[in-house]
Amino acid sequence: MLKRKQKFALWGLLFISPWIVGFLWFQLYPLLLSFYYSLTDSGAVRMGKFVGIDNYVKIFTRDRDFWPSMRVTFIYALMAVPAKLIVAFLVALAMNRNSRVMNLYRTVYYLPSILGASVTISILWRFLFMREGVVNRVLGFFGIPAVDWLGNPDVAIYTISLLVVWQFGSSMVLFLAGLKQIPGELYDAAAVDGAGRLRTLFNVTLPLITPIIFFNLVMQTIGALQEFTAAFIITNGGPLKSTYLIGLKIYDEAFQDMDMGYASALSWVLFVVILLITLLIFRTAKSWVHYEDGGRA
Amino acid sequence: MRSHGGRKWRWKTAARHLALIAVGLIMIYPLIWLFFGSFKTNADLFGSMGLWPKTFVWDSYIKGWRSTGQFTYATFFANTFLLVIPTVIFTVVSSVIVGYGFARFEFPLKNFLFVLMISTLMLPQTVVLIPRYLIFRDLGWLNSYWPFIVPAIFACFPFFIFMMVQFFRGLPRELDESAEIDGCSPPRILFNILLPLSVPAMVSAVIFQFIWTWNDFFNQLVFINSVKKYTVSLALRMGIDSTGGDTEWNQLLAMSILSILPLVVLFFAAQRYFVEGVATTGIKG
Repeated sequence: MLKRKQKFALWGLLFISPWIVGFLWFQLYPLLLSFYYSLTDSGAVRMGKFVGIDNYVKIFTRDRDFWPSMRVTFIYALMAVPAKLIVAFLVALAMNRNSRVMNLYRTVYYLPSILGASVTISILWRFLFMREGVVNRVLGFFGIPAVDWLGNPDVAIYTISLLVVWQFGSSMVLFLAGLKQIPGELYDAAAVDGAGRLRTLFNVTLPLITPIIFFNLVMQTIGALQEFTAAFIITNGGPLKSTYLIGLKIYDEAFQDMDMGYASALSWVLFVVILLITLLIFRTAKSWVHYEDGGRA
Repeated sequence: MRSHGGRKWRWKTAARHLALIAVGLIMIYPLIWLFFGSFKTNADLFGSMGLWPKTFVWDSYIKGWRSTGQFTYATFFANTFLLVIPTVIFTVVSSVIVGYGFARFEFPLKNFLFVLMISTLMLPQTVVLIPRYLIFRDLGWLNSYWPFIVPAIFACFPFFIFMMVQFFRGLPRELDESAEIDGCSPPRILFNILLPLSVPAMVSAVIFQFIWTWNDFFNQLVFINSVKKYTVSLALRMGIDSTGGDTEWNQLLAMSILSILPLVVLFFAAQRYFVEGVATTGIKG
């Protein structure tokens, strides 16, 4: 019996061995190497000499772009992620009916999520939101003055955030799956207790859906803080660096200026920021995420 | 219950559908605009709100396909498939194998390794990008598709491992146990018994990884640097940079349309497959 157990343990380790190699080679080793690099003045070709925390000191004290980049990255994440989740939730609520037409809506809403990350959609966004673009013309049709969506430094980052909101479909599908699993008896019970629509929404529906909100919030925030493609293609960080997300800055330092040591330090700062924000969301989860099996959050 | 006061209910339903249709229009309009834009002249593109081109330009797809001349979009599409298809296949194969290991076997440190695997789901890829670039450079893999394929071979996509683990956990263990009594070794149990049942999960893994790899621009930008090896995404980006005042934007839009065509086709084809898969296997989300 023991022999079978040992044999199976070996089989198990054999099956997961590709992942162990991949983890060590492409995740852990790069992570540590990146930290080591951040303590050097490495360029493109050679491993630089050890400079201690110089790169970090430079980031926080002398780099003129760092704080504005962090600021705009936070604005982007704080705008894009909640807006996307709220729209996704509201549309999922409206769609939570059993009807064939709903499948058609679901298909249409989901399509942008599939295409949104591509270069094509970023190009499309440039056209839609240019000064003489479709969006301004539609606004003009309703008598609303044109907005300089991409040329105005105060507006451009919101225009790029809109691209994320447009991709609400993937979150919506998750919400919809969650809504369908809420047992009808709960709604009946709420109705018997005389709860109105809003009270039912806030006391029954929302609490039961919080695990999905939580999962989405964590993953999308991590993604948004690293965003690159949209800002790179649509505005290339401009105008006046108003969309110069930290992801773009790291790319420039590493692959334009070939300053690998400094870029590694920047990426570690971003890593720690993301880690802290993730931990923060996890910590607050206790107070707002509801688990049916008795709160293991 | 909802049929109380039929007239009010009907109005509410109508309002609901109107709102949903309006949202749908906002979602789909940019894509339709893109399609018609690929037939418009520059003057039309920059000067009118209408969807329908004032004068149709028919050669935008042909001219756009030719691109700069030295390399056409035939090269760029072939390159993209050379990158995407092996990456997708190896991702699914490795995720199935690793997922099977985590789902069905007990071994030392299993829980720790599983948590470690899940936590890499949240590891920001930006932080490992620079060292990966240097590792691949030292291996001579820059400007090739190995930086995409090799991590796929070594199961570097925890999302899909997790997905397969969840799926295998949903299959009854008695299947494995009776096969084991019949003398099947674990690899045979996986390939002969579990894999045929896992087709729906594998298909969704294929679809998601295809879409993500196809759309991935950042890694391609970093790891590929000669036009000869360019993927469609990189070619489009080159198109933006080289399209000046006198060139026609419709060519770039035409190629943009072509670049998302495989995704759209896959999306609609797979939709039906999903519905059938759910119906025939009885497996729900």
